[in-house]
Amino acid sequence: MKANDKSSQRAGEISLSVNGISKRFPGVLALDKVSVDVHAGEVHAICGENGAGKSTLMKVIAGNYRADEGDLVFRGVKIDLRSPLQAKELGILLIHQEISLVPELTVAENIFLGSLPYNRMGFVDWQQLYRRTEEVIAKAGFKLSAKDIAGELPVARQQMVEIARAVALQSSLVIFDEPTASLTEAEAKALFDTIRQLKENGVAILYISHKLPEILQISDRVSVLRDGRYQGTLQTDEVDENAITALMIGRHLENPNDRPASHPGDEVLSIDRITVPGFIDQAELSVHAGEILGMYGLVGAGRSELAEVIFGLRDSPDVSMRWHGKPVKISSPSDAVRLGIGLVPEDRKDHGLILDMGGATNMTLPALRAVQHFGFISRDKEVRIFEDYREKLQIAARGPFASVRTLSGGNQQKIVLGKWLSTHPDLLILDEPTRGVDVGAKAEIHRLISELAKAGMAIIVISSEMPEILLLSDRAIVIHNGRVTRELPRAQLSEQTLVEGITST
Amino acid sequence: MMSQVSAHETHMMPFAKVINVAKRNPIWLVLVVLIALFSFQTPYFLTVFNLSNILYQAALIGFLAVGLTPVLINGNVDLSVGAMVALSACLAVSLQHIGFVPALVIAVLACTCLGLLNGIIVEYTGVNSFIVTLAAMLGVRGLAFLYAGDTSLSSPTSDLMELGMMAVGPLSATAIVFVIFVVVFQIMLSRTAHGRNTYAIGGNRAACENAGVHVRRNVIVNFAVSGTMAGIAGVSMAAQLGAATPSYGAEYELWAIIAIVLGGTSLQGGRGTMIGTFGAVLALAALRNGLNLIQVSGFYVLVILGLTLIIALVLDRQFNRE
Ligand SMILES: Nc1ncnc2c1ncn2[C@@H]1O[C@H](COP(=O)(O)OP(=O)(O)OP(=O)(O)O)[C@@H](O)[C@H]1O
Ligand SMILES: [Mg+2]
Repeated sequence: MKANDKSSQRAGEISLSVNGISKRFPGVLALDKVSVDVHAGEVHAICGENGAGKSTLMKVIAGNYRADEGDLVFRGVKIDLRSPLQAKELGILLIHQEISLVPELTVAENIFLGSLPYNRMGFVDWQQLYRRTEEVIAKAGFKLSAKDIAGELPVARQQMVEIARAVALQSSLVIFDEPTASLTEAEAKALFDTIRQLKENGVAILYISHKLPEILQISDRVSVLRDGRYQGTLQTDEVDENAITALMIGRHLENPNDRPASHPGDEVLSIDRITVPGFIDQAELSVHAGEILGMYGLVGAGRSELAEVIFGLRDSPDVSMRWHGKPVKISSPSDAVRLGIGLVPEDRKDHGLILDMGGATNMTLPALRAVQHFGFISRDKEVRIFEDYREKLQIAARGPFASVRTLSGGNQQKIVLGKWLSTHPDLLILDEPTRGVDVGAKAEIHRLISELAKAGMAIIVISSEMPEILLLSDRAIVIHNGRVTRELPRAQLSEQTLVEGITST
Repeated sequence: MMSQVSAHETHMMPFAKVINVAKRNPIWLVLVVLIALFSFQTPYFLTVFNLSNILYQAALIGFLAVGLTPVLINGNVDLSVGAMVALSACLAVSLQHIGFVPALVIAVLACTCLGLLNGIIVEYTGVNSFIVTLAAMLGVRGLAFLYAGDTSLSSPTSDLMELGMMAVGPLSATAIVFVIFVVVFQIMLSRTAHGRNTYAIGGNRAACENAGVHVRRNVIVNFAVSGTMAGIAGVSMAAQLGAATPSYGAEYELWAIIAIVLGGTSLQGGRGTMIGTFGAVLALAALRNGLNLIQVSGFYVLVILGLTLIIALVLDRQFNRE
């Protein structure tokens, strides 16, 4: 570990020092005497596995939580934050991992929420609001329109609204908690430009991400947390991914397994024709037992919606499919579950989890029948299923019935995964299965997906991450402009061919 | 980590354990305090006769609260149960000529059907249950008046009265049936798939749909069950009084909802227990009864009930804040 104080002359003065911060939650020490300095005009990345305490540290800095121990010095003054609002007024803004807009309000209202301009009569000055919004949007270089309703925008755009907020508030310390998790590569690039611009203006930036290439690209320094303890700070231009990973997980990660060619079995699902209103016009696709079908495309191409039609969550006027060769009609998710289809949704908080319930209760939801004993739910069976998948997926949870609300993002994702695996489906559809999941767990999930396929499960993986598609797919299709533009067997899979798929017209 | 937590729990002093239970169900603490308070005030309070009387008085609102709890855990509400009490009571009394049992069955089933209708409308139109059952509350009350006119119906035979007076020792049959329902519903909620899904739907409906849970069926069944319990409450009321008027059960839905919320069920859905509802129903009945015994005037009783309500809810928030 290089000492950070000597090698940092080229960065500006210290914006924030975190001194010996500890934070305890019931049953877990989330932060253990963490100290770190953030300089003005630098992008300081924070790395660590799921549950390492990154989000907790950020929430302490942004006034969401109070530390049990230690203090924060911001621009030379010791601060004692009691609320996020107070932090915001001081110039510290946290852009949350989970989007937190008011969905019914317009983009402009969301950006200036809490600081709306008023006219002399005490009413909202709409003209000024829209003008200032346009300025902020222009400054950030986003494609947003001030009067759109935030909740109707795609996730990527909603994220931009959150970032625009920081620009509008002229914050001097901006914290990004996994900002690119739901952005396409082009959008991520736009985000980086914004970040660089913030940085040039002397803003200190804390940046959390599980995507190491991104961290190497954008950050100046990177600090690593493991199990709530500070592991050290590295100068980004002197390290590579492996060095960061090693510090994160305390060991070196084996290279991703290059999967041997699979021997797909019979067709499990074949779709002769499927139309997704507003997205996809008469596509066809099929997936075989033991095969992983990658589905690549840009965010908003309609891949998730396609999965929803297959799963019976969304109506389609024109769909004809066969399940193990026999024509079927799936008109509700319960039909799909009964046939043996599982869908790990893209958005785990909204569609995947009951946050107030425990891990075990969440996992058994689709197949309660399997844990019943004379009509009553058997807690023992539930606990057994939970323990089984906790071990297989290495889930860090407090117990089978402790609410999953406070689990880290990656662990929540593993619960959703366990939920569907416990139904033993013939076909598992995974929509962005490793979003917000750390490198170690990601490798774990990838290995697991490969194993499931090897054991004969048919799998569809929807992903916007090219490396994921390249690593996993036996065959991949590219969806663009409402059509399947490419169908690529493993031998023809490459970045080049995938990009062709989304640029062809 | 789990072992840490459970070890911590098992090593707790008995006293700390009691505190812990009380924190989770503050309403039972309130109940104990009320009983202690009234026992000091009047010798008539803590007697077997009076306590079983409280249970008897609690039973009517209790039936409604028991049936409504799953509806609230689902994230819905049913405001029409008070009116159903009236309809059921009127039917039970006026149909005595076709036979004792058939009259009761028809009275209860009528309310089951109304509950079913509520559920179907809520699920298939997507209109908020508050609005749907607010309309039903007016409509059903109207039905009761249409059916019975603006009069009091009385039973031609004494069968109903006898049912109302049935007792085992000091305990009335009504009270016993109430306690049995509490137990059955508690088991239903905590141990069956239907109960589990009831919580899950209140917690996150979209996730339940994604998991293939029969969301609509669950919600509709809970409304039908709530209607059935209202029907039973109506029959019991007719039996207790040997008569019926179409104005029976007014505001009962409010008292039932108050009890449920006091018992720790979240109005947003997803959380709640039958034990909590039970405790709250008893606490409200004990408070009314005790205030009557120490001869507080009826108007003060309402004011005091209102105050208690606020205090209990504030305490609950203090204890169970996230
Ligand atoms: N409000 C809370 N109550 C209880 N435990 C919590 C709470 N918030 C976080 N934790 C626990 O603290 C630890 C650190 O969580 P945190 O969310 O900071 O991790 P993270 O590094 O951000 O992970 P991820 O990469 O998955 O987002 C975890 O074990 C988590 O379960
Ligand atoms: Mg996090």
